[in-house]
Amino acid sequence: MPEITYREALRQTLRYQLQHDERVFLMGEDIGAYGGSYAVTKGFLDEFGEKRVKDTPIAESVVVGAGIGAAMVGLKPMVELMTVNFSLLAIDQIVNNAAKLHYMSNGQISVPIVIRMAGGAGSQLGAQHSQNFESWYAHVPGLKVVVPSTPYDAKGLLMTAFDDGNPIVFLEHTTLYTTKGEVPEEPYSIPFGQAEVYRAGTDVTLIAYSGAVRHAARAAEQLAGDGIECEVLNMRTLRPLDVDTILASVRKTNRAVVIEDDWGFGGFGGEIAAIIQERAFDDLDAPVMRVSGADVPMPYAGALEQAALPHGADVVRLVKSMV
Amino acid sequence: MARAVNIDPSATAAGRDGGPDGPALLNTMIRIRRFEEKAAEMYARGRIKGFLHLYIGEEAVGAGAIAALRPDDYIVSHYREHGHALARGLDPRRIMAELFGKETGVSGGRGGSMHLFDVSKSFLGGYAIVAGHMPLACGLALAEQYKGTDRIAVNFIGDGAVNEGEFHEALNLASVWKLPVLFINENNLYGMGTDLRRVSAIVEVYKRAEAYAMPAVQVDGMDVLSTYETTRRLVAKIRTGEGPAFIEAICYRYRGHSMADAELYRSKEEVERWRTLDPIRRLSERLLGDGTLSQADIDRMHAEADTMADDAVRFAEESPPPPIETLHRHVYKEPAGA
Repeated sequence: MPEITYREALRQTLRYQLQHDERVFLMGEDIGAYGGSYAVTKGFLDEFGEKRVKDTPIAESVVVGAGIGAAMVGLKPMVELMTVNFSLLAIDQIVNNAAKLHYMSNGQISVPIVIRMAGGAGSQLGAQHSQNFESWYAHVPGLKVVVPSTPYDAKGLLMTAFDDGNPIVFLEHTTLYTTKGEVPEEPYSIPFGQAEVYRAGTDVTLIAYSGAVRHAARAAEQLAGDGIECEVLNMRTLRPLDVDTILASVRKTNRAVVIEDDWGFGGFGGEIAAIIQERAFDDLDAPVMRVSGADVPMPYAGALEQAALPHGADVVRLVKSMV
Repeated sequence: MARAVNIDPSATAAGRDGGPDGPALLNTMIRIRRFEEKAAEMYARGRIKGFLHLYIGEEAVGAGAIAALRPDDYIVSHYREHGHALARGLDPRRIMAELFGKETGVSGGRGGSMHLFDVSKSFLGGYAIVAGHMPLACGLALAEQYKGTDRIAVNFIGDGAVNEGEFHEALNLASVWKLPVLFINENNLYGMGTDLRRVSAIVEVYKRAEAYAMPAVQVDGMDVLSTYETTRRLVAKIRTGEGPAFIEAICYRYRGHSMADAELYRSKEEVERWRTLDPIRRLSERLLGDGTLSQADIDRMHAEADTMADDAVRFAEESPPPPIETLHRHVYKEPAGA
C-alpha cells in the first residue's frame, strides 16, 4: 500500500469527487490561483476550471452562506475556510442556517455541504491562528463534526462527508498535513460514528482525536515499556460520537484519559468524561482525567507555545499516577 | 363596465401584455391584510405564540414584486414574511396552521411565523437573523448560474439589514460573480424601534447597492403598480445574465415591530400620515376611477378574503399538534435508502 501524506490523501478524495460528480464544486479563499493555503487544492484550478474551483473574496460569511444556498437546491459544494479561526466570521451561517434548515423546514430542505478548515497549534502562528473550535461545532445539533488524525482517515472520512447529505464541519490539523501513512489507492469510505481502536490495551483507555492521537500513541508506546498497556481510541468523528466503543473500552480497562489539543475548560473532553461517568460509573477505578492545552491564548514564543500544548509526556505522567 | 375579477390566489398578476393586472394585485393585497388581521386576533387570543411580525401596510411591496416573478424563481425572505408566502401562493390554511404550531403547517410546526418553507412553491424560507439569509440567496443564484438555467433568486430584506456585514458581503459577491439575484429592501424606516437615520451614515439604501456596481432604484413601496413594474424591468435584465439588481421600496408598517411593541419611538400622527398612502385604498380608488372594477367587485374581494382567513383559522384549530415522538425527526437527513 502506498505511503502518502495527509494532504495528498485529502487531495485524492477531492479529485475523485470533482471527477465523478458534476454537482461538486470547490470554493474558498485562495484555493485556485494561489493553490490553497495548505496546498490541498494545488493544481485543481488548471485541471477543473473556474466553474468547479472558485476563488472567493475574503468574506467568510457569504462564502459559507452561498455554499449553503447552493446545497439547498441540489449542488454539493465544498467550502474551504483556510483556518478554523476564520470560521468564526461564518459561524452565523454554520449554526443558524446550515445546522437548522433541515429541521426548520420539516425535512423539505437538506444541506449537503462540506466545510473544510484547518485548526490546531504548534507552528508559532500566534493567538489568533492557533485555535481549536471542535467543541463549539460539536455542540450544535444538525452539524456533523469530523476530526481525521491520519492520512487513511483523511481520505476515507472526506469521502463519507461528500456522501452524507448533511452539513459537515471537517476539521484538519495544520501540523498533520505533512505526516505520512499507508493509504489505499482506490477510493473508500470510513463511516461516521465509528472510532478506531488505534492500539489495543488492557490497563487504561486513552481517548483522542485529530492531532492528539499522536500524543496518545507516543505515550502508549512509552508506557508499554513500563508494563502499562494502554488502549488508544481514535474517535474520527465527534458528532456523531462512538459512545459504544468508548464504553466497551472503559469497561475493560476501568480507567480513562481524554487527550485534546483544545482548552480543557468547557471542551469536548468534558463531554466524554460526563458520558463515561453517566454510563460506566461502576466500572471506573479512577476518575476520568483530561490532558488538555493550557488555559491561555496561544503565545507566539516557541518555548511558551510548547509549554501550552499537551504532549505525550504529560499523558505518561498522568497515567502513571492513575494505575 | 366592471370586468370579472380573478380571485385565484395562485394566478399571476401579469396582464395579457405583461403589464400589471390591477385587480389581481388588489386581491393579493387584500388577502394578505385580512390574513394578518386575523393572525393578530388569534395572537391576542393566545392561539399563536412566540413572535408575530405583521406586514400590514407593506403589502404593495411583496404583492407587486412577487407578481412580476416566475413561479419557479426562488424567494428567500426575512421574518416578516407571511405576505410574501401568500403572494407566492402558499396555502393560507397551512400558513395559519404553522402560526398555530400544528402538524399541518407548511413547516410541520417546527418553524413558526418566522420560518415558513414550501419548497414546492420555491419559497425557501423566512429567516430570523437579520441579513443572515442574504448569503443563501447568493447561493441559490449561484446554483442556477452553475446549472445554466435562467431561474433567479429574490431576496427580501429590511432596512435593519443594511448595516450588517452580511449585507455588504452578499452584495459584493453577487456583483463580482454576476449572480442572478434581486435584492428587495423593504425600507419601512425603522429597524425594530430605531429610526434608520439615527444609525445609518447613508440613509438612501439604494446608494449602497450602487456602490457595488449593480442597478439600484428607489421606488414608492406604497404603490403596488410601481413595485410591480420596477421588479418586472429588473428581473428581465437579471434573467439575461447581466447580474444582480437592487430595489429599495420605501414603505411603512402600521403595526408594531412585533405584537410586543409598545411603539414608543414614533408618533400616532406619523402612523396616520402614512395610512393616507394606504396601498389598498389607493389602488381601489384607481380601479374604481377608471372603471376597471365596481364597488361590488371590491366588496366581493374583501368578503372572499374574510372567508379565506376564517377558513384558515378553522383548519389550524382543527389540525393536530406535531406528535411528541417526532421531536428528533429531521435533525439530520437520513442516508439514502435508510
